[in-house]
Amino acid sequence: MSEKWENTPFKGPMARARGLGSAHTGLSHWMGQKITALANIPLVLWAVWSFTSLVKVGASRIDVIDFFAHTHNAVLMILFLTSAFYHVALGLQVVIEDYVHCKVGKPAMLIGIKLAVSALYIASVFSVLKIAL
Amino acid sequence: MSQKPVSRPLSPHIQIWKWSMSMALSILHRASGIALSVGLVMLVWFLTSAASGEEAYNCFKGFASSWFGQLCLFGWTGAMFFHMCSGTRHLIMDTGRMISVEAADRAGVIIFVVSIALTLGLWGCLKFFY
Repeated sequence: MSEKWENTPFKGPMARARGLGSAHTGLSHWMGQKITALANIPLVLWAVWSFTSLVKVGASRIDVIDFFAHTHNAVLMILFLTSAFYHVALGLQVVIEDYVHCKVGKPAMLIGIKLAVSALYIASVFSVLKIAL
Repeated sequence: MSQKPVSRPLSPHIQIWKWSMSMALSILHRASGIALSVGLVMLVWFLTSAASGEEAYNCFKGFASSWFGQLCLFGWTGAMFFHMCSGTRHLIMDTGRMISVEAADRAGVIIFVVSIALTLGLWGCLKFFY
């Protein structure tokens, strides 16, 4: 898809070939951030209340296993983790894009964030499933 | 010295900016977001340790019940309520509302008051119920 402005002298064919300039993927990032933000409101409130109250009562491991034995708790936690980690990945990406301008550091950090968030997400979801099942 | 005052617009410079509500909200939204990303790691630790076994879970429990762990939790809940209130403002601004400076000033006061009240309310409830 070619935009009208792309054919102006401000953006020559070489710049396009090198992938400089808008890649037309900004909207999906923005929508992802906003939709997960909306989903996060109820999910975070539930997760924070559950987590802090489990910590507050000094829950033993058996208590935690009992908590996730309830299907709705396990499902809500996985929903929360999915929405929260997606929101975190998008948010940290913007922070790095805004502040890190090092030619090597920037892509390294962008990739590192995605890998770290994916690893933490998989580890936590697997843990919930292992406890719940 | 009787110099003619400069009437042309000057280039903005970081040192001569006066702190405004919209600036404070903007940077605190980012800072709290980054803090919450770190806070999420504690939740991951909680889940993975509970899945791993008794020894790993007790290690987590030791941290979570220590004064430092409690302080971290308190800070993260505060950051969470602030980020949620401030984020709600962003969602409202996306609809084209509340985008004036005056609206930002008013919203900022509400965000600070509500997020502090919710944080204290949460810990008050935890103390009351458990």
